[in-house]
Amino acid sequence: MAEITVPVAHAGHDTHDDHGAHYTSTGLSNNKLAMWLFLGSECLLFGGLISTYMLYRGRTSRGPRPDQTYSIPFTSVSSFVLLMSSLTMVLAVSAAKADDVRRARIWLTTTALLGATFVGGQIFEFTAFYRKGLGFTTSLFGSSFYTLTGFHGVHVSVGVVLLLSLVAMTLRGNISGDRAEVIEMIGLYWHFVDIIWIVIFTLVYLIPS
Amino acid sequence: MDTAVEHDTAGHAPHAEHSDLFYIKIAIFLAVVTGAEVVLSYSHIGALFLPILLVLMAVKFTTVVLYFMHLKFDSKIFSFLFWSGLFLALGVYIAFLATLKFFVK
Repeated sequence: MAEITVPVAHAGHDTHDDHGAHYTSTGLSNNKLAMWLFLGSECLLFGGLISTYMLYRGRTSRGPRPDQTYSIPFTSVSSFVLLMSSLTMVLAVSAAKADDVRRARIWLTTTALLGATFVGGQIFEFTAFYRKGLGFTTSLFGSSFYTLTGFHGVHVSVGVVLLLSLVAMTLRGNISGDRAEVIEMIGLYWHFVDIIWIVIFTLVYLIPS
Repeated sequence: MDTAVEHDTAGHAPHAEHSDLFYIKIAIFLAVVTGAEVVLSYSHIGALFLPILLVLMAVKFTTVVLYFMHLKFDSKIFSFLFWSGLFLALGVYIAFLATLKFFVK
């Protein structure tokens, strides 16, 4: 009969580590495994949305064309804000791993503020595009553009809510299990939102139709 | 790039803890590449425009995944889960676009 070996990381702790995390047959955190699997599957979701946009961006029988719609300087600033939020997020994770809760909380709050700024910029951009005559049903370009960037915006908004919840939980000290791992999980989600925007910024905004 | 502490846990790839300065350097690099992308979008360099822009995008994407998401220093299983999802998506949607003659001028 095959023997199943369960890796044990620290001597004397066969089921839990110092932070309460469970050891598994893979020796890896199940939460982290699930998060990476989720992010891998999200690639398929955004791949579908980006492909649909690429296919339909030239279909503008009515309303403005992409080159008449976008404001590259404005979107560049938004992209920079989101990119810098990835830096503040990684600093929050780093602080949490060093058990510096106060510093982690400051960086988490900064990340949430930068994320909220990005979402605010997106709302402003959508309003400006609508005033230029690009509604959701104006053309296939409009529908695919708002669906793609809207889905991304919803992901960022969910991330902001998660970050603020995390800040509140650290203030009340009621994060169960490994605190650094919980912050790292939210961090992975946040960085994923950033890498999706890296692709959207290039393929949607910078490459002319 | 400086690495401050290396921890080794059973079943995990060696996990590196970096200093804040390391992440700031990565962020500066990403900001510079973004700036280069924007400058490129205003320049007229002909046929090289698209390949260069796509390479810059891939560099930024990979940098965030490897360093900010720590995939370079984490377990290979996580890498497998993420990259397989990404390449599956790429394959499926390139085939999808090719079927609809997206790449035909």
